[in-house]
Amino acid sequence: MASPTLVKKSSDAPLRAKGKELPFPLNLYQTAVGKKWVMALTGIMLLGFVVFHMVGNLKLYIGQVEHLNAEGEYKLDYDINIYGEYLRELLVPLLPRTYALWGLRFGLIGAFALHIHSALTLTRMNQVSNVAYSSKRDFIAANFASRTMRVSGIIVFFYLIFHLADLTWGWTSDEWVRGHVYENMVNSMSRPIVALVYIFANILLSIHIFHGAWSMFQSLGINNPKYNALRRGFAAGLAGLILLGNISFPLAILSGVVDI
Amino acid sequence: MSNTLNLTLQVWRQPSTNAAGTFETYQAHNISDDASFLEMLDIVNERLIEDGKIPIEFPHDCREGICGTCGVMINGRAHGHEKGTATCQLHMRKFNDGDTIVIEPWRAAAFPVVRDLVVDRSPLDRIIEVGGFITAPTGTAQDANQQPIPKEVADSAMDAAACIGCGACVAACPNSAAQLFTSAKVWHLNSLPQGQAERYKRAESMVETMEEFFGSCTNHGECSEACPKEISLDFIAYMNKDYIKSKVKNRRMSSQI
Repeated sequence: MASPTLVKKSSDAPLRAKGKELPFPLNLYQTAVGKKWVMALTGIMLLGFVVFHMVGNLKLYIGQVEHLNAEGEYKLDYDINIYGEYLRELLVPLLPRTYALWGLRFGLIGAFALHIHSALTLTRMNQVSNVAYSSKRDFIAANFASRTMRVSGIIVFFYLIFHLADLTWGWTSDEWVRGHVYENMVNSMSRPIVALVYIFANILLSIHIFHGAWSMFQSLGINNPKYNALRRGFAAGLAGLILLGNISFPLAILSGVVDI
Repeated sequence: MSNTLNLTLQVWRQPSTNAAGTFETYQAHNISDDASFLEMLDIVNERLIEDGKIPIEFPHDCREGICGTCGVMINGRAHGHEKGTATCQLHMRKFNDGDTIVIEPWRAAAFPVVRDLVVDRSPLDRIIEVGGFITAPTGTAQDANQQPIPKEVADSAMDAAACIGCGACVAACPNSAAQLFTSAKVWHLNSLPQGQAERYKRAESMVETMEEFFGSCTNHGECSEACPKEISLDFIAYMNKDYIKSKVKNRRMSSQI
């Protein structure tokens, strides 16, 4: 073994000291396993949003329908615009108009913040713990999706800001009108560059979901050999469905299938 | 009939923990393909000694795949490319004549290189010390089969107990996480009746000690692929579940079902 004169750095010194334990449930967020649990739970919330967002957008294909408007007369209106208005009216009269929608929004903002913060802190923890190999690594199980979660996550985050600026705040166009969801989408995605941004970002989002929607089962401890094989299929199916649905919108608008 | 191989080795040489290391190239001629990987290194070392050079320090002990002492990165894979095989059980017949083999020690911040290919894996012992046991301060051992345990449960505990603690999971993990090792040690006891008394304390303290030294799991699955005992990723999920439960459970009621 080692020569007796060797100056051995003690590996018994921890890389990080265990801090004082905070009261429940904050103590869950103090450890990496707890943070991964939070990441999985917030991931499920965000996945739920992504699925409902896509289902809502599919109303683009319904086009115009007859609709009883606020003045009590039947008029033709785009179905997706009616749906947008319905979201603002959610739970009225139990809650005032837009309150329920803002509740959902605050929930999502919180989920995003925790999802990103846990990712940041865990990444830092892993960087400290890891020493790079000097020779080339040969990965067996790690796939493109699992190895690019940080990159895909960061790109999707910046895309999200662009998407909000483009279609929620209307900063990228003079033609944008609040509540005219259908017209705003068609106007925005008729620009090929913008359509490409949407397609590219949604491919990355699907790659992110391909790993995340499988990984979350492990992080939450949902594991049973009877259905474990289904977890991969679930993640792949969900990622595929979201990819197909979401990139169909810019493609349909670019090709003129969906038009004003 | 046994054949012989001529190989080029690129071996990490590092005189001590704080010294700089580098790859050195060695020619390994006339290596029998019946030799194990470690025997091949023995032959290379004998030739180095004959030449008056310092032999390559590498970790080894039982050489039958059960002690967990050996283990190096071989061509970028922990324990080499054979699935479910420790370095000592990897045979040279799995290589081709003329191959170049790159040999590097395990890399992790918690595993400092002691010398050449030997790393210090004592942080794994720190994890065992805080929960990898049951407390049974009683007289003699019980009769076997006194506690009925379903066969499937015994099988699961045995699968977890197969972990030899070699550290390949940490070495293979891009995050240097020790989740596979820790979960195997946790589940070995947490799945059995004998481990129930300290089940949640064990999960809590072993996970938290693990996190003092190692990275966090991102579910790549590299660990299980590298594991010479093919420990399943399932144990990581079981450990995660027990850890979260440990924070919520009222342990004063833990004797009640």
